[in-house]
Amino acid sequence: MPRELLKGNVAMAEAAVRAGVEAYFGYPITPQTELLEWMSHRLPELGRVFLQAESEVAAINMVYGAACTGVRVMSSSSSPGVSLMMEGISYIAGTELPVVLIDVVRGGPGLGNIAPSQGDYNQIVHGGGHGDYHSIVLAPSSVQEAIDLTVLAFDLAEKYQAIVVVMADGNIGQMMEPAELPPMLPIKSEYPEWAVRGAKGRDHRILTSIYMNPEDEEKTNLRILERWNKIEENEIRYREYFLDDAEFVVIGYGTAGRVAFSAVRSARAEGIPVGLLRPITLNPYPFAKVAELANQAHAFLVVEMNTGQMLQDVQLAVAGKVPVEFYGRLGGVVPYPDEVLNEIRRISHEPIAVGVDPRRNWMQRLKTEIS
Amino acid sequence: MAITAPANLVYSRPESMTNIATHYCPGCTHGIAHRLIAEVMDEMSIREMTIGVAPVGCSVFAYNYFNCDFVEAAHGRAPAMATGIKRVLPDRFVFTYQGDGDLASIGMAEIMHVAARGENITVIFINNAIYGMTGGQMAPTTLPGQKTTSSPSGRDVEQTGYPIRMAELIANMEGTSYSVRRSLHDHKQIRKAKKAIRTAFEVQKLDLGFAMVELLSTCPTNWGISPQESLQWVDEHMVPVFPLGDYKIAPIIRDLRV
Repeated sequence: MPRELLKGNVAMAEAAVRAGVEAYFGYPITPQTELLEWMSHRLPELGRVFLQAESEVAAINMVYGAACTGVRVMSSSSSPGVSLMMEGISYIAGTELPVVLIDVVRGGPGLGNIAPSQGDYNQIVHGGGHGDYHSIVLAPSSVQEAIDLTVLAFDLAEKYQAIVVVMADGNIGQMMEPAELPPMLPIKSEYPEWAVRGAKGRDHRILTSIYMNPEDEEKTNLRILERWNKIEENEIRYREYFLDDAEFVVIGYGTAGRVAFSAVRSARAEGIPVGLLRPITLNPYPFAKVAELANQAHAFLVVEMNTGQMLQDVQLAVAGKVPVEFYGRLGGVVPYPDEVLNEIRRISHEPIAVGVDPRRNWMQRLKTEIS
Repeated sequence: MAITAPANLVYSRPESMTNIATHYCPGCTHGIAHRLIAEVMDEMSIREMTIGVAPVGCSVFAYNYFNCDFVEAAHGRAPAMATGIKRVLPDRFVFTYQGDGDLASIGMAEIMHVAARGENITVIFINNAIYGMTGGQMAPTTLPGQKTTSSPSGRDVEQTGYPIRMAELIANMEGTSYSVRRSLHDHKQIRKAKKAIRTAFEVQKLDLGFAMVELLSTCPTNWGISPQESLQWVDEHMVPVFPLGDYKIAPIIRDLRV
């Protein structure tokens, strides 16, 4: 396929179409609306299902119903809308159904704004709906990666009967850059043995997330956990840049990871032995890789567009072996490469305070910087 | 010669019901409503083509009692879930079975929009004016003055508003082809209820849009009266607030012979 100039939201939508999505249910919300708009003409022209729901609550429950039939189905939204979907996401997890959700994260909390943010890391990676389950979370840092991860999301969802969230940010959704779309896959003609499509010539099937007997719910929780263990064993993905001889390691994902990459290259040009780890799966998280790097690095720098949510996962993996520093911009502000470069210079030249929450010092530096 | 010999059989379990004892309380009319739906599925030979959507409430386990494919929705979201199924499988019969708290309180947005869209599904709405599963709290259809565990002095309309008449409300939506209210409190009403359920499924068969049958039902346990008194209570207290009748029947449906 030729490379085309594509907007992130449209690219993810068309990637889903080519991955064989048969039904899309969604609700308009900036900065993901172009995704819904693309689906509104593209799916009907292919004879597939598009429906604008009355709310995100309804949209995710339409997705839930369609997923019960065994077809590839998805929704997309942005932070406040995804909050509304959390009930349905929990039910989908409890019913062990494959579903893909694209979350184009914006500034928050509350109504926040429509600028790019990573403020929903904890919501999507560590939590969300009620109950004991995990979502697979993929974080693209370019339009091309957003396409590739959207296709991967459908495969992973079906392989593990799990929810896969492509967690982009407003920047990935809104920016245009050259990218290559995948070939058009045929839609499914065979459906899984659990699919509910009418009990023709077989016993009736029930899909539910209710297990009144606690022992049955415990077994269900264990079944979900066993599947998650396999995901942890097989599906951790990340990109490494200049890490072989790195004495300082920057960690960032999505847009923050991409900005950090520019800063790391500039720092390398200055002779600073720094590298970048860019997690692609935020769940499962590359804990082992970070722990391994903790044996070679003098210090880490975590860069995020939030107040240090992934920071805590890095701290868990580093386990106090070396200092972990933090730099973040908040509320929809995207850091410039120069800001990250200054942080790399600082940690590589100045002594780092140990035994202090890195966010305390970062907050003081940031307040001075923006005042 | 046993009276259960096939030649003497006048009443048996519909094929569309499973051979499982229900968990419903003695005197509850859920069993009647279930049976009427199952009889209609049998008569239309659609059991293998039907997908039911169960609600949250006393009928949360309805899926165990019907011998067709079933899914279990989140509280109030059955119409949205049914929409997802029906859009992907338009040639299947899809119905929801919902109580008053599920449909008229937490699921009000979903039921209004499924009707507005004229979604080609069938909704069976069980109105017994109380929350059963959680132990007798006030419902959106609780009558003025009716005592519940969360309106212990009786429903005070100054504080908690008035009962919602869903059959009338749904009839106002352009996407609705069929919206009626029936009752399960005596034999005559039960026969009329069955005919309405049959019509609602025929509407779906003919792709004529949204159909809802509201059924006035009992809850002897939470009303705190006997099954017999409960049936009388429906007739004497519920019917005046929720009049039985046809609130919308699209002209083409009037000609249906069921």
